[in-house]
Amino acid sequence: MERTALRRRLTWQVATVTDVRRETATARTLVLDVPDWPGHLAGQHLDVRLTAPDGYRASRSYSVASAWPSATIELTVEQVPDGEVSPYLVDVLQVGDPLEIRGPVGGWFVWKPEQEGPVQLIGGGSGIVPLRAMLRAHAAAASTAPVRLLYSVRRPASVIYVDDLKELAASDDVDVRLVYTRKAPAGEPRVGRIDADLIERLAFTPADEPTTYVCGPTPFVEAVADLLVAAGHDPARVRTERFGPTGGPQ
Amino acid sequence: MTTDATYLDGNAAAGALSEVFAMDVTSAVTQCNGCGQTGVFAESHVYVNAPGLVARCAGCDNVLLRVVTTPSDIYLDLRGLTYLRLPNP
Repeated sequence: MERTALRRRLTWQVATVTDVRRETATARTLVLDVPDWPGHLAGQHLDVRLTAPDGYRASRSYSVASAWPSATIELTVEQVPDGEVSPYLVDVLQVGDPLEIRGPVGGWFVWKPEQEGPVQLIGGGSGIVPLRAMLRAHAAAASTAPVRLLYSVRRPASVIYVDDLKELAASDDVDVRLVYTRKAPAGEPRVGRIDADLIERLAFTPADEPTTYVCGPTPFVEAVADLLVAAGHDPARVRTERFGPTGGPQ
Repeated sequence: MTTDATYLDGNAAAGALSEVFAMDVTSAVTQCNGCGQTGVFAESHVYVNAPGLVARCAGCDNVLLRVVTTPSDIYLDLRGLTYLRLPNP
């Protein structure tokens, strides 16, 4: 019956919020119970749809933050100033509320445990969300594929999943490096964006033949992808996911 | 606001396209009818700040595909694509 399942037309269904967790001043994780969730690959996302009393609808795409299998699905939402959807998800939605979703979707920006080779993850801001799902999937599968994460944030208080990242960084197979663009914690002298020097020092080299996943705001993704290609990485091995104030995966 | 700063990528169209296609289109290879460039649909530039979704070629900015969803219908305009190559499972 697998083929039947594959050809199921994906449509909207109602999930229930079972828990919420504040991650930063502007980001919140929503834990959802989704009846008959078919499972997902790390990096996939889902669409959330809100309907106003007058029937007006707005939908946005959010990366799934959790790995499958698990009893619940987690989304982490960063509030976009003047956004139509994210302020409701970050500040208003409560435990017990229903939420209309459609997913999982997307088959390109995904990591599968059976994939060969090292994994380079590069995230900017809430672009960490699908990368966290990949790290979780890597841990759940007890994968020995070497993983490096470069995570660019404005300041220490902007780090999403602080405890999670500490735990994941304890693994011998996972290397986590934070890059601060506005203010670094005590003891970290470097403040600035990811540049060619940083890529050369901290990322896998082209000879390592990594699969690289870059997620963040559009300008961040464009800049990092250009740096990787300039450093000799095969563009076909660099997978990107962009988000922006108009919505899209985040 | 310029359009350049506002585009996302093909991943953002995955949900809308999943209403129409039985297979994931974001990992399909597309050829642009404007410049002939081939690439993975996920890497195309997608604008969602329009009535519906507009995907443009990352090479030449030609419109590849448009999806407009109304309460009663879904409009799918594929005129900018020479072809879509999907895996045959």
